[in-house]
Amino acid sequence: MFQKIMVPVDLAHADRLDKALKCAGNMGKQFDAEIVYVGVTAATPSSIAHTPEEFAEKLKTFASSQGETYGIKASAHAITSHDPTTDLDPTLLKAVDEVGADLVIMASHIPNITDYVWPSNGGTIAGHAKASVLVVRDK
Amino acid sequence: MTDATDDADQGIPAPEGVSDVIDTDYEIGQDNIDGSVGPFGFDIHNPVFLISGLAIVAFVFYTLALPEQAGAAFSWLFSAVTKGFDWFFLGAANLFVIFCLFLIVTPLGSVRLGGAEATPDYTYVGWFAMLFAAGMGIGLMFYGVSEPMSHFSTSMGGTSAEGGVRTDWAPLGAAAGNEAESIRLGMAATIFHWGLHPWAIYAVVALALALFSYNKGLPLTIRSAFYPILGDRVWGWWGHIIDTLAVFATLFGLATSLGFGATQANAGLNELFGVPVGPTTEVILISAITAVALISVVRGLDGGVKVLSEINMGLAALLLLFVLFAGPTIAILTGFVDYLGAYLQYLPALSNPVGREDVNFSQGWTSFYWAWWISWSPFVGMFIARVSRGRSVREFVICVLLIPSLVCVLWMSVFGGVAIQQVVQDGYTAAQEAPLELKLFKMLDMLPLTGITSFIGIVLVIVFFVTSSDSGSLVIDTITAGGKVDAPVPQRVFWCIFEGAVAIVLLLSAGGLSSLQSMVISTGLPFTIVLLIMCFAIYRGLVAERREL
Repeated sequence: MFQKIMVPVDLAHADRLDKALKCAGNMGKQFDAEIVYVGVTAATPSSIAHTPEEFAEKLKTFASSQGETYGIKASAHAITSHDPTTDLDPTLLKAVDEVGADLVIMASHIPNITDYVWPSNGGTIAGHAKASVLVVRDK
Repeated sequence: MTDATDDADQGIPAPEGVSDVIDTDYEIGQDNIDGSVGPFGFDIHNPVFLISGLAIVAFVFYTLALPEQAGAAFSWLFSAVTKGFDWFFLGAANLFVIFCLFLIVTPLGSVRLGGAEATPDYTYVGWFAMLFAAGMGIGLMFYGVSEPMSHFSTSMGGTSAEGGVRTDWAPLGAAAGNEAESIRLGMAATIFHWGLHPWAIYAVVALALALFSYNKGLPLTIRSAFYPILGDRVWGWWGHIIDTLAVFATLFGLATSLGFGATQANAGLNELFGVPVGPTTEVILISAITAVALISVVRGLDGGVKVLSEINMGLAALLLLFVLFAGPTIAILTGFVDYLGAYLQYLPALSNPVGREDVNFSQGWTSFYWAWWISWSPFVGMFIARVSRGRSVREFVICVLLIPSLVCVLWMSVFGGVAIQQVVQDGYTAAQEAPLELKLFKMLDMLPLTGITSFIGIVLVIVFFVTSSDSGSLVIDTITAGGKVDAPVPQRVFWCIFEGAVAIVLLLSAGGLSSLQSMVISTGLPFTIVLLIMCFAIYRGLVAERREL
């Protein structure tokens, strides 16, 4: 049913992604689909990496460990953004096309009052992506 | 094995190329606390955010509760700093210019920010628009007419002395009664304050931050530039103090500018539409400026700040071209070359740090300006650094030092030149006599289409403030988040509103703004020392980069 599944990951908060990652791993296995783990970073040093290259390297390691855990074909796609805080949504939407994913699986928090002003990333992607989107609540 | 792989083995750069990353155990964000207040998420550097926030609130309360005592204390501090340390400011600024020129001509200039193969994040136009809008856009609107006019008038007036001390405000030895030479001296003095020296100050800070962040892998915050000297101690209280000082200077600098900007926009609106002058209008203006800045920071660097900077740049260029062609075009253009020559001719005398006779000018103008630029440098420098990745050091210094200086010469030649011509040729003295905030509009009165150009003038003043306010919020947010550029959006919103609120509170209290301006100037003194150390750190850092190549 699905050939390529895109999973946006925030390496700084990988612990909050557990449910989404499990879900993606199992679905990838079920449909024999390739999973592309997408990470967005700024060019400036972050808590994850000193440079965009180091970030790409870490994302690659993360992807292959996920691949081993679930026995799936996994790859990484790192993107550098000028201002990740505000540009995350458009960057991810562009990535859906670049990667050629037919399903996006992403974690999202339980909506609260601020979602009226700042919609969650998961919500925005589900609202605008051409591919199918599965939003997984973190609790 | 092919040649290509041979090269790769010998260290031909990987995608972004080699750079000398500093190896430290510090992890960016390790001192941060994150969580949420109600529904709003935050991710802040613990001591820096708290201390700077509380200190700002405490200072505002102090100036409000004891306005007279605070006013006296700050004005004492202000004159002690600008008068007692004028030699230090002037000498240091000269050193920054020499250091920048040194970087252009030596092989160190070939080091690329972001690694040997990094490519620029922004086009020249976008980059240039942003660094200009953050750097001094608003000052050009304020002083473009008034400063050349002031120096021209005082030079014409000649010198006067009392007890062997000069009491006039003329630059150098003045040019009593000599109209042509007074114009040249006045323009040279103005260009001196807006040319190489301020941009060298910005370039040093920006280069230090960009180098230690993009090439060395340290967090994008002021303390990182001190790593070569302080080592890992930079992550402790030394660093907290440096960063807190930077937040302090940035927020108060922005708040006072917002206050003064509101005053000028109000004066312009009154002149044009008869809008009443008073606190009500000014509070509305600050709120409106803050609201637009809010939209801009929420839209981010590319969608907000860059777009506004480019609009501003376009409008400013239009106004410049209009004044150039509507005024005495030939006289202005020959003036441009002549003033540039005058600047170079008077530069050694104007920048001389010791034994000056023109004490009022060198302390009241030059020393004041240098302290002001230096106290703004953490903010402007950090912003320039943020958008400069991928440029080589030589390209960076040329673009941050030489091109903006030339643009300033052109701007001053056009706006100041036209206003002075109006006095000299037509005997029109309205601009000469008008208060500071109205001089620009009085000059435009004599040119055609006054209504439209004055309106563009007001729009420019307002939008330049928006671009200062939004980039300032980004900078403060990054420093108080320990160098993280991806902290939650509500934090930016907080700083943006906080800036506006501080500006309004100070505007409503008598003398609040000018006391705080004195405070900002006073932070220039410790920062001059910070900048001198930065020059050393940059040199060390660049030498290490070259070794890697």
